[in-house]
Amino acid sequence: MKILVAVKRVIDYNVQIRVKEDNSGVVTDNVKMSTNPPDDNAIEEAVKIKEAGKATEVVAVSIGEEKAQETVRKALAVGADRGILVKTEGVVEPLSVSKLLQKIVEKEKPDLVFMGKQAIDDDCNQTGQMLSALLNWPQATFASKIEIKDGKLEVTREIDEGLETIEINVPAIVTCDLRLNEPRYASLPNIMKAKKKPIEQLNASDLGVDISARIEQIKVEEPPKRKAGIKVASVSELVQKLKNEAKVI
Amino acid sequence: MSVLLIAEHNNKELKPFTLNAATAASQIDNDVHAVIIGHKCEEAAKALSKLEFVKKVIQVEADYYENFVAENFAPVIVKLADNYSHIISSANTFGKNLMPRIAAALDTSQISDITKVIAPDTFLRPIYAGNAFATVKSKDVKKCITIRPTSFDPCESSGGSATIDKAEASEEFSKTKFVKREEVKSDRPELGTARVVVSGGRGMQSGDNFKLITSLADKLNAAIGASRAAVDAGYISNDHQVGQTGKVVVPDLYIAVGISGAIQHLAGMKESKVIVAINKDGEAPIFSVADYGLEADLFEAVPQFLEELNKLNTIQK
Repeated sequence: MKILVAVKRVIDYNVQIRVKEDNSGVVTDNVKMSTNPPDDNAIEEAVKIKEAGKATEVVAVSIGEEKAQETVRKALAVGADRGILVKTEGVVEPLSVSKLLQKIVEKEKPDLVFMGKQAIDDDCNQTGQMLSALLNWPQATFASKIEIKDGKLEVTREIDEGLETIEINVPAIVTCDLRLNEPRYASLPNIMKAKKKPIEQLNASDLGVDISARIEQIKVEEPPKRKAGIKVASVSELVQKLKNEAKVI
Repeated sequence: MSVLLIAEHNNKELKPFTLNAATAASQIDNDVHAVIIGHKCEEAAKALSKLEFVKKVIQVEADYYENFVAENFAPVIVKLADNYSHIISSANTFGKNLMPRIAAALDTSQISDITKVIAPDTFLRPIYAGNAFATVKSKDVKKCITIRPTSFDPCESSGGSATIDKAEASEEFSKTKFVKREEVKSDRPELGTARVVVSGGRGMQSGDNFKLITSLADKLNAAIGASRAAVDAGYISNDHQVGQTGKVVVPDLYIAVGISGAIQHLAGMKESKVIVAINKDGEAPIFSVADYGLEADLFEAVPQFLEELNKLNTIQK
């Protein structure tokens, strides 16, 4: 079985987001970038399945600018066998990403495609489901447990009401929740070894997909500032304020 | 053209967020139609027909619709889409799972999790876990939109008198099978929708001390939250985690106890209407978002809090 894992380069989740003064977006210059956190879970799961002898190859793919190569390289350092980078400029909407991934899937013919359930930059939560629709494959979103049984996958999904279990045929798309596993850190020797693993580079234009934007971003603003709060001196004052001023208890 | 609202239900009743989504739909266009896909969902369809704003209900029945598998639902909506300019659902796990499948089939770039309708083609949505807000305009002919339920008031559940039409089911998608659903049975409100949330952080010092949080939550009929630090320290299970990598909550009252206020936690709760922080470190960043800050040792303050609450004649539920 072959597993394709899609990884995205995003602003690190510990970085304080700053909006550009001209409201054209958020500041990304000189900001620490990392792999989208649930994409780390996706890679980890694929590598674990390979280590358990149930997969033969793990291929990491990223769509983004040249520097997204670092994100692919990191996936290689934790166990992916080879990488693919589809180079794009600027914002690529999930619909376009899923069309590009569809082309990669048609070429690579994986049995499973894993990715994070959501990217923490645009928070869209669309790509996996869209890819699954384009391929007419089953989808298992928000996966917190994956079991391979007789060529099928039994996946436990995190839903608002609790947990849901579904069984899907292969080939399939799985989008991973943070609870799926504990991503490992890359060891120094593995980071060195990853430098020798191949990364194929393609341009989005080579894949014959229209990735022009369908959504115009008019402006990006800071969230509404909270009114300055007050410090209360005692618990009784706090309770009085909550009861009589804020009227929430 | 009209707006098509996708109803969320359990075949007996509507799920509450359908009412919030109906309000959002009505802000895009007056002519709101609602589709309900299920198995023996007559009662829920009737409830849908009574909603304020809903002008017409389309009911689609098949036994394989009983468990809301997105691969089965999407083709039904795609088939109905010709008559509509917008397709709307909630941005909860139901809508998140379903809508992108519809959007891809319609070759539409979906707009997720909107918090405001600015114009029928222009919306406000949070990005970077609410650390920034983007105003976006869709250039697609058909628009697929998911709405953040807590940003729209629920509509009235009575007053409407929509007709209920039946539409044909689509073919079953046989490659995905529902196995089971384990709903978390709790007397407590759900973290994502609770009116009050009481959260504990690393300052709790142990899982045992979370009893204090539980008592306070009991008293206020609140859901229990936690910071990532408290989860990582093993004080409480991770389904309680509030923050960028956990749940985003927007309650009327959020009480942060022994939480310093790391960026990733603030991202998950700073849109709450009223925020209370109890922390012995007066410099903790949580105080910068708190409406009411109490600089105190939580092990003294929380028991006092309980005592003060006991003195009140009534507590809102």
